[in-house]
Amino acid sequence: MNLKKILMAGSFLVTASATTAMAADCGISEGRLSIVGNEFPAIQTVGAAAQSCDGLTEAKANLTADHQKINLAGMQGDPAEYTTAIVANSSIVALINEDVIRPLDDLIAAHGQNIPKNQLITINGNVMAVAFMANAQHLLYRKDILDQIGIEPPKSYEDMLAAAKMIREQGILANPLGGPYAAGWNLAQEFTNMYLGHGGSFYEPGTANVSINNEQGVATLEMLKALSEYMNPDYLTHDSNATSAEWEAGNVALMHMWGSRSGRLMDAEGSTPQVYENTMVGAPLTVGGGDKPASTLWWDGWTIAKNISDEDAEATFKAMSHAISPAILNDETMGQAVWMIEGYTPAAVNDGVFAAISMGTTPYPMLPQHGLLHTALGDNIADFLQGKESAEQTLADIEAAYIAAAKEKGFVN
Amino acid sequence: MKHTAFFWFTLPSAAAMLLFIFFPTVSIIVQSFHVAHEQVIIEVENCGPFGCTTATAIDQEATAELREAEPLGQFAGLDVYKDRNHLAVNEFAQLWADRESLGGFVSDLMNLPFYKALGFTLTYTFIVTPLTIVFGFIIAVAVNSAARTLRGPLIFFTLLPNIVTPLIGGLILFWMVDARGVIGTALRWLADDPGLSVKADTGLMWSMLMVYGVWSSAPFAFIVYYAGLQTVSQDTLEAARIDGATRWQQIRHVVIPHLLPLTTFIALIQLMDNFRVFEPIISFNAQAHATSLSWAIFNDLGGETQQLSSAAATSVLTVIGVAILLSPVLVRTYRSYGKA
Repeated sequence: MNLKKILMAGSFLVTASATTAMAADCGISEGRLSIVGNEFPAIQTVGAAAQSCDGLTEAKANLTADHQKINLAGMQGDPAEYTTAIVANSSIVALINEDVIRPLDDLIAAHGQNIPKNQLITINGNVMAVAFMANAQHLLYRKDILDQIGIEPPKSYEDMLAAAKMIREQGILANPLGGPYAAGWNLAQEFTNMYLGHGGSFYEPGTANVSINNEQGVATLEMLKALSEYMNPDYLTHDSNATSAEWEAGNVALMHMWGSRSGRLMDAEGSTPQVYENTMVGAPLTVGGGDKPASTLWWDGWTIAKNISDEDAEATFKAMSHAISPAILNDETMGQAVWMIEGYTPAAVNDGVFAAISMGTTPYPMLPQHGLLHTALGDNIADFLQGKESAEQTLADIEAAYIAAAKEKGFVN
Repeated sequence: MKHTAFFWFTLPSAAAMLLFIFFPTVSIIVQSFHVAHEQVIIEVENCGPFGCTTATAIDQEATAELREAEPLGQFAGLDVYKDRNHLAVNEFAQLWADRESLGGFVSDLMNLPFYKALGFTLTYTFIVTPLTIVFGFIIAVAVNSAARTLRGPLIFFTLLPNIVTPLIGGLILFWMVDARGVIGTALRWLADDPGLSVKADTGLMWSMLMVYGVWSSAPFAFIVYYAGLQTVSQDTLEAARIDGATRWQQIRHVVIPHLLPLTTFIALIQLMDNFRVFEPIISFNAQAHATSLSWAIFNDLGGETQQLSSAAATSVLTVIGVAILLSPVLVRTYRSYGKA
């Protein structure tokens, strides 16, 4: 056997031991675990750790980017197919609205005393979820290109536009800006960030009556359009994956992007050293002279289904608690997310999310009707960006589409 | 056939149709007449890793009582059909009353989601269906005149677009027309415009979707016509040749009349299929430029809050649309059978 073969055999062994998590004692004697959740490295780590618990009669996980299309249906049956759903602060709302997840207070009192209080998501006095990581959109920039034009990393979207203008005029990149601007959910999220950055509020106080057709709404749309003029002309089809690909291809110098993606953009895979060695993380940007970042804070956490037996709920609770315990942190998992787990040491890649937290970024709104507004935003903003209609018309369309949907769902009369 | 034999013969398919077509249709019709209960909203304090905020939530106990009383939700009659996200009756009337020109009225109408979707759906249907038939016919005639040994491989390759899963076929084309893809780069070079992007331009995106539609369904028309060509009477063709008919005259006066019933069949199937255009819009990420009725249903069900009644209403409108579209062909077929 030559040296190369020995080395390869060794690396196979390492991979094998890394993927086959050791069976863990989580204090479970019987019960079912069935996870549904989004698919990215941090959640895969949590899912694998939960499934490694001893004593589960059944342990499976369905991790997919389409999780929110199936989690509600999978939890409405009795018994529910999924005993736990991994959700974020937007997607938990649909589960609470339909009353398919259970309060966790008694399980925490009995088995969860070591979960830190700041991880508990409390709604109306009941713990409904346990968060394990934080996420936010923030700046990513190419240090080499900013050095070349001789400016500091931008602090606001106005700075970003000025930098983009210089990069284009000096012929370094034709389309120096990037961002997940795909029409639909992504574009609606960009509006949400920018609108909050302008200090806007989505509803008349205390009601579900939408109110975005105002100065901040117009300023938000105009900023999105100004930014889009420095993007790849296909930007309306670019979701987070396509945006990351553009970055790794070296076509983009500045973008506002998800913290959970920055690890992949800074590692040595999928790109050239010129790009990944110069990829730097910055704080989220402000806009229009405001002091709150034009971004939103997110948590990811797990919930437990209502329509399952108490034994299954207890087993699932213990397995998921184990899956977010300090035991899961190692060299490989440490950089996957901004973990809210004791023993977590942040790396440079996580600075953006921490900056978002320390700058007092607004959390994404957790309101029962907000999913409808997000859909209405995603369906209508592209018309303005393509120059088909005025900002006021687009905002009026969004309001009208939301009101029709909210009437159907019983939120407004 | 005796009545009892006929009964037992059709029972399995009748039962399947009842179960898989009739009941679901009734269910969506019932759903489309109902809306959710008025939500009982309470003010709550939400706490989490980022601090506490005052927010609202649905009062589950009160909602459970409402659901118990009326499990289907509130009866709304045609309200969902008439709202802005569907037929937009009030907005339509308003636009008609305020119109300055017919063109202006149509362009304002295209700002309403249902009419925007209908606009693309109908354009797609009426451009793709005839092109599919024409291309299918040309390919069938061409393959039929190829050497016998070549026909097997030719048929296989011609059928490929129809064999490939629509979503995958769409994705392949999506990356080929990308600004850095093979077709995208070629188009830039041909048009001598470095800024040209198929995905950024509504007109080009529509053409791309239609090219995809013809590409993926022409093989269906081809295989039906090819089968039909095997039944063309050789005697008639020979007689035509002896009379001095050119190849075009043979096709025009012998082949085409012979294949006419098949054309009706293909037109029916294609009208139905094209009216439900969906996959290319998803694979091309085209929703900023083109939406269809099926896409609207998908969008209602895929959001964080599912809009079941809205999706049900659009489904019923789609069924009605298909029925209207097919009625001329169906009436014609019915009449010709009546004569025979």
